[in-house]
Amino acid sequence: MSSTPALVELNGVSKVYRSLQGSDYVAVRDFSLDIPAGEFFCLLGTSGCGKTTVLNMVAGFEATSSGTIAVAGKPVTRPDADRGVVFQGDDSLYGWLSALGNIEFGLRMRGIAKAERERKARHYLELVGLKGQDHKHPAELSGGMKQRIQIARALANEPQMLLMDEPFAALDAHTRADMQRELKRICRETGRTVLFITHDIDEAIILADRIGVMHAGPASKLKGTVAVTLTPEERERTHDKFTAVYREVHGLIRDEVAISLKRAH
Amino acid sequence: MKRENRLKGVGIYLLGFASLFAIWHVAATWIMPSVLFPPPWQVIVKAIELARDGTLWEHASASLARIGLGFAGGSLLGIPLGLAIGSFPVVRRLLEPYTEFLRFIPATALITVAVIWFGIGEGSKIFLIIYTTIFIVIINTAAGVAAVAPNKIRAARALGAGPLQVFFFVALPATVPYILTGMRLAMANSFVTIVAAELVAANDGLGRMIWDSRMYMLVDQIFVALLVLGLLGFTADRLFRWGIYAFAGRFSPVT
Ligand SMILES: Nc1ncnc2c1ncn2[C@@H]1O[C@H](COP(=O)(O)OP(=O)(O)OP(=O)(O)O)[C@@H](O)[C@H]1O
Ligand SMILES: [Mg+2]
Repeated sequence: MSSTPALVELNGVSKVYRSLQGSDYVAVRDFSLDIPAGEFFCLLGTSGCGKTTVLNMVAGFEATSSGTIAVAGKPVTRPDADRGVVFQGDDSLYGWLSALGNIEFGLRMRGIAKAERERKARHYLELVGLKGQDHKHPAELSGGMKQRIQIARALANEPQMLLMDEPFAALDAHTRADMQRELKRICRETGRTVLFITHDIDEAIILADRIGVMHAGPASKLKGTVAVTLTPEERERTHDKFTAVYREVHGLIRDEVAISLKRAH
Repeated sequence: MKRENRLKGVGIYLLGFASLFAIWHVAATWIMPSVLFPPPWQVIVKAIELARDGTLWEHASASLARIGLGFAGGSLLGIPLGLAIGSFPVVRRLLEPYTEFLRFIPATALITVAVIWFGIGEGSKIFLIIYTTIFIVIINTAAGVAAVAPNKIRAARALGAGPLQVFFFVALPATVPYILTGMRLAMANSFVTIVAAELVAANDGLGRMIWDSRMYMLVDQIFVALLVLGLLGFTADRLFRWGIYAFAGRFSPVT
């Protein structure tokens, strides 16, 4: 892995939020991480540890306070079409556009001809299992369907990488399991690089090639990473190898949960 | 099933209207019988008469034209201003004194000033309707822009949209229901304002018709003007609600 150049490089990244009261909050300090092209990386951490902060900086939504972030060797300065984002909630979908209209939005903004973008949009609509729902508007779709639209919208733009912030957190257990399977399949088929945020260890093991665990905040950074080399059959909660990885990841995060709970009081 | 429900809805609606006229009829014939309070049929007969000789049309069209022009002008000015205020904090700070100060001075308080400035003709009326429209539209539009979910904008940027595209393809459509709501409220205000302005100073219009009728004690004619005002306002409002509904079904709910 070290031989292939990293697609995403975070180097000593810090983020300081200025508060209105004047006291600054250091959310992330000296965070470093390399994600090679094609890797599915899951970032795991306790609530409020700074996962979204890291993702927002990679997406270019927020500037780093210090340190550098580069994607494909280019420093990140603003959001761009090479990094597709899937948000936690569904408020990023465009209610006035149909499912298809949402999926082809990026292609339309980038001036792709109508026939071509519709063909692509339909392809990705099918890929996320929503064939025949093209004319429906977000208000007419279930939570799981809306997340699929978000994923298809990001994929249709064919970005170099996907940034996903707890995309399945609001779904019920069945839908979530469904979506995890499908995302895994799509990523295998398209070979996308993914930075996936979750606080669910099971989800991370099901999806990831590598899992990174963050310290509890403030001034959080990566505590350690765990490579997940399981086969699809081994990524079952009941499998011995699954539980072995679980124990390893849990060992990393356990103390952080305790610290984070103590700080909350 | 669906059609049946719809018919039922319309039926209940018409029943509501019928009861309004029934109560009016009962009140005017039995509770307060008086030449000063004409029953509905008398008003309708009078309305037909005034419609035949063209008087009604003359006054109603005068009022409607003023409302139409002023309302269109006020909306046309108010929407871009509201969008600018909602989009740029600098513009907000610059224009807030105007919106925050002037919106508390009702158009009716400006009637005399308007007549002194713009004369008794169309100028003063259109000015007043623009005035009464613009602030409501500005405030609603700006609120709509502020209410656009930041993730909608972030998503667009991450999909490759530039700032101008974000404005036209995200901020603007997301704000449409708010703009329509503001216009709808402004429309109701326009009816209030135009009648007040025509009562004070005008050569024609429904307000003027009411004023003239009062001079000659033509109470049924006053009621014709009131009835027409109600009907026109109702129709205008329906058209707007329909417009909001046609769009808002696709948007997050407002109003
Ligand atoms: N815009 C902001 N201004 C000030 N502080 C912020 C801001 N955004 C986040 N923070 C703080 O930074 C810390 C990290 O927030 P972040 O949203 O990155 O956490 P997270 O790991 O994504 O949590 P969760 O799992 O609950 O989503 C939190 O303590 C939060 O209060
Ligand atoms: Mg978060």
